[in-house]
Order: sequence, then structure tokens, then C-alpha cells
Amino acid sequence: MTMSIAHLTRRFGATEVLRGIDLAVDKGELVALLGPSGSGKTTLLKIIAGLDWPDAGALTVDGEDWLAKRAQDRRIGFVFQHYALFPHMKVRDNIAFGLTVLPKAERPAPKQIAARVGELLHFLQIAPLGDRYPAELSGGQRQRVALGRALAVDPRILLLDEPFGALDAQVRRDLRRWLRGVHDAAGTTTIFVTHDQEEAFELADRVVVMGAGRIEQIGRPDEIYDHPATPFVARFLGLTVELPVTLRAGRAEAPGLDPSALPRRAMADGPATLFLRPTEITPVPDTTGPWRVAEAVSTGALLRLGLEGPADCRIEVEVPRRAGRGLTEGQTVRLRPEAGQIFPRQSNSDGASAPAAKPLSSVKESSL
Amino acid sequence: MTASPPPASPLRAKRVLPGFGLTMGVTLTYVGVIVLLPVVALVLKGAEIGPARFFAILSAPRTLAALQLTLLAAFMATVFNAAYGLLMAWVLVRYDFPGKRILDALMDIPFALPTAVAGLALSALFAGNGWYGALLEPMGFKVVFTIWGVAVAMSFTSIPFVVRAVQPVLEDLDPQYEQAAITLGAHPFTVFRRVIFPAILPAYMVGITLSFARSLGEFGAVVFIAGNLPMKTEIASLLAVIRLEEYDYNGAAAIAMTLLVIALLLLAVSNLAQARALRYKGKTA
Ligand SMILES: Nc1ncnc2c1ncn2[C@@H]1O[C@H](COP(=O)(O)OP(=O)(O)O)[C@@H](O)[C@H]1O
Ligand SMILES: [Mg+2]
Repeated sequence: MTMSIAHLTRRFGATEVLRGIDLAVDKGELVALLGPSGSGKTTLLKIIAGLDWPDAGALTVDGEDWLAKRAQDRRIGFVFQHYALFPHMKVRDNIAFGLTVLPKAERPAPKQIAARVGELLHFLQIAPLGDRYPAELSGGQRQRVALGRALAVDPRILLLDEPFGALDAQVRRDLRRWLRGVHDAAGTTTIFVTHDQEEAFELADRVVVMGAGRIEQIGRPDEIYDHPATPFVARFLGLTVELPVTLRAGRAEAPGLDPSALPRRAMADGPATLFLRPTEITPVPDTTGPWRVAEAVSTGALLRLGLEGPADCRIEVEVPRRAGRGLTEGQTVRLRPEAGQIFPRQSNSDGASAPAAKPLSSVKESSL
Repeated sequence: MTASPPPASPLRAKRVLPGFGLTMGVTLTYVGVIVLLPVVALVLKGAEIGPARFFAILSAPRTLAALQLTLLAAFMATVFNAAYGLLMAWVLVRYDFPGKRILDALMDIPFALPTAVAGLALSALFAGNGWYGALLEPMGFKVVFTIWGVAVAMSFTSIPFVVRAVQPVLEDLDPQYEQAAITLGAHPFTVFRRVIFPAILPAYMVGITLSFARSLGEFGAVVFIAGNLPMKTEIASLLAVIRLEEYDYNGAAAIAMTLLVIALLLLAVSNLAQARALRYKGKTA
């Protein structure tokens, strides 16, 4: 099955939740929708599932117009954020539900249904839990049951909304690998929603980064990590330090900035913003440097430095504590970035966030 | 349904509400004096009668007729309330329409209205020259002075039980369950039957039981519309009053006790059924 979404928009009252989504998903792909909360991920997933309807746009699967189909007839598997297991049914009956509600003509015999459920319980490694009620399961077990219930109908596409959101860190990591295995073994096409970049990057074949109802970037995890396409993606991926620079012959120039480690860019000369991870900047002590260490706080392994620079700029960087011996408060430094992204500075700001090069805005945390 | 007792901690300091002894004492005394004692007195009075006499009173044709009428009419009223109450709760929770708040408030009127007023109003409406009666009687359907009148009065005074029991549960039902069922291919009626109804069933049963129990004992509204013809439209509680007025205390007590036993049995059955329906809540239920 291949799915294609074109110019999809959805508004709730005055708020535009999806502002023109274009996306194609291939058979067998595992795609992550990654974005901060409120960016419209769940809404998009619900529209694909048929639980919500767009105001405009198209959604086709294998050439079929899915917007003309009811949710019941789309044969999708949907795993809800809080699983939504039917509390009054045993695990077995929860998993069998999709098969038992098939029209009489298509419904397998009770024996076949039981066999399929048994198979799934085994496949999902929850064989001993078949006769329990959802209230008697742990979060991770519920997650597996929810996935089993969705897989039972042999869905054309599997949709998961923050599948690991409600689990603790260790279970999350285990289930992540396990889900990848399930996806590969079951051979489904899968789209899952997350706001956790680590999760998206580890699990997905392709990552779709969403921000404020738009797709900001689509690509393979490494591609996105190395080359964020927009300032939004850069900030979301943790490049939270923003330095105003001037581009000259593809090189970023700013007082006290040593750009030798940064590759040259084929970009027009002019004002730009350099986006950096706090850990990818080395402050080098220099008596004539324009930056000054205003604050130094140890977190054990790391030294977190507040640096004040030209034009009231203030940034926060992190260095290994051992490497930061000479960096006491009051010390003046130069900056040597190891890696970074450069975007031309626009006169109007880029979307919802604050203008890129505004002084003091650079210490902002990525908004999750 | 079961109120959880305060944790039996020996540490006084851990109690959230101060004055446990006082509050518990007051409530227990109240339950004893107002609820338990009359029931016990009634049972003792009944026990005095002796089984033979008790049986004789109950098997008297007039008593039997009254009990039969009461049970049958209460059953009719409850069947109607079960269906209508569920529908009303559904409409009040699931749809938005102008006047919804007013309709919601109207549901409390049967509780707020003095039952005698309700009885008078109903008998005026259903009388041969009333609005409804003028329509129904030419069609050969007589309500006043028949079992139908008894059932109508019972139904009127007990309808809020079902609505008010189901409404909050339906309101709190997470829409995700329905959405999950839909994505799994279930059509609307299947979703209702297999997902929504089981979720509201325990509350629904409470509402139905209370509605039936209240109908059994309804007096004020019924006596106005029933006509109270012995052997035909005389309800059990009215017969108890008549016996009392005849200074036949035993007769009154025997009838009252029968009603009491039926009501208690009903509550017990309903609680058992609820416990069964709620067994999925794990060990806590
Ligand atoms: N049914 C709704 N009515 C009104 N606003 C909604 C509704 N559903 C979602 N929204 C709004 O749409 C925006 C995006 O929501 P959602 O798709 O849930 O985002 P995400 O899943 O990325 O966190 C939010 O601002 C939310 O408040
Ligand atoms: Mg969401």
C-alpha cells in the first residue's frame, strides 16, 4: 500500500491546526511524525484513521480516495496514546475484537479467531496474559495488547500515537526495539507519532518533522540530524545557541568567532544566524576575546558556562569539566564551534518562534 | 458503590478529618435511629404475628390482588423507565441542542414535585375530559382507575433515577474507547452494544433497581389516579394504610414487611449483579 496526502488543512474554529500537509508513505515504511506538542501530529493521524476530517486536501491509499471512506472500512490499526483497551474485556477478547465485529460473511469461525489471538499473544510475548483484564496489566503489557488488537485485523497501515509516551525510560527503550522487530516481522506500513527525537531517530526509516501545522522537513534520521532544513528544526534538534554572524565567501564571521572547524557554505553573503549545540562550542581563553564568562556551574561531568559577548548577546555552552579548568568567572574567551548550521537572517521571523538573532533569546530551551 | 472505609491506621496523627469518633458516632446513631430501628421494629412486629397468621393475611385475595397489582405496575413502570431513561441520558449527554439545559433541569421535577401534586396533575390529564384522556379514551384506552394509571404515576415519580444514574457515567466515558472500536471496524450499533453499554451497565442497573424500589413504595401520586378499587386498582401500601385505620396492626405489618423483603431482595440481587459486572476492575472491586 502507498499512501499519499496532498494539501491537507484542518482548522478548529479560528486555529489552523494543519496548514497544508503533503506527504507520501511507501509500502513497508516505518515513518515517524516528530514535533513539539500542539504541532498537529495527532490531528493528522486521526485524519488518516478516519476519526477526523480535513477542511481541504486529499488522502489516497493505493489510488483509492480515503476521504470518501468511513473509518470502519479503511482497515487500519490505531494504537492510542493511552491504549484505550476495553476495560471490561479480557486481553484475549480485546485482541479478538476487530475480528468479531467483521460482517458475518467475512468473519472467521470462533476457532480460527481463537487461533489467531493465540498466535498474536505468542508473537507479542504476552502469552500468559490472555485471561487478564487490562486493569491487571502493567503499562508495557497494555502497550503490547493494544498493538496486538490493532494487528489482529491485518491492517493496511498501522498508526501509533505516542506509543511510548506513558512508559518509563527503561521500558520505553526495550519496547522501541521490540516495535521495530514487530514492524519488520509483520510487514506492515507504520506511522508513529512522537515528540521525542531520540525515539524517532532510532526507530524510523524516515522522519517527518512537524511544527505548527506544517511539515518542516522530511528525511532519513541522519540526514535530518546533520542538516536541519529550517531554523525550527535546528532549534527542535537541540541547536539552541544562536549567534548573529555575517556570511562572507561562505564563511561565518563574527567578533571573537573562530570558524575554522566549520565547512564553507554555498550561500550568499549577508547577515545570517549560526545555530549550535551547547556542547559543540569550545570557549578558548583569550585575553583579547570579546566574550566573557559570566557564570560557571558544574553539573558533575559538565561545566555549564554562561557567556556574555558583543551587543549584549548571552549564550550558554557546555564543556567537559576537565577541559574547562581555565574557564573561571570573569575570564575572556574566543569561541570555536565544532559544528553548526547557518541560516540567512530573515527580516521577518521564521514562523512562530522568536526572531533568530535577538540577543538573549539564544539560551532558550527547545520547546517540548 | 461501596464507600471505602478510612484506612485502619493506629496512628491518630494520620487521620485527615479530625473527630473521627464524633463523626462516626453521629452517623451511626442516625442510621440506627432513623433507618435501622424502624426496619427492626417492623420485622419484630411481623415476627409476633406467627407464620400461620402471616400466611393467612398474605394469601387473602385482597392482599394478593394488591401485591400483584403493585408488582406488575412497578414492573411496567420500570420497563418504561429503563428504556426512556437510557434514551434521555443519551440525548442529554451526546447531543447539543437549544434548550438542552432546560430539559436537563426538567428531569429533576419528578423528585422536586410533591407526589400529591404529581398525582393530581396526572389524573387531571388522563381523566376522560383531560388533554390526554380525551385523546385516548375514544380509542378505547382508559388510563385512570386502571393498572395503566398506576404504572404512569409510578413511572413519573421514578424516572430521574435511571437518567441521573446513567448520565454521569456516560459523560465520563472516554471517547477513545469508541474511537478504538470504530477503527477496528465496528459499526455504531456494535460500538454501543459491545463498548458503551457494558461501561454504563453497572450504573444503569442501579438506576433501574432504585426506580423499581421507588415504584413499589410510591403512594402519593398513585392514589389520585388509581381509583383505589379493592381487588382491582388498590396498591399494597394503600392497603396497609387501610388495615392500619381498621386497627388491624398485624395486617398492616405483614403487608409492609412483604414490600420490605421484596425491596431488600432486589437491592441484594442488584448489588451482586453489579459486582459481577465490575469484576474487571481487578482485585479492588
Ligand atoms: N477537537 C479539537 N477542538 C479544538 N482544538 C483542537 C482539537 N483537537 C486538537 N486541537 C488543537 O489542535 C492543536 C494540535 O493538536 P494535536 O493534533 O493534538 O497536536 P499534537 O498531537 O502534535 O500534540 C492543538 O493546539 C489543540 O489544542
Ligand atoms: Mg498528540
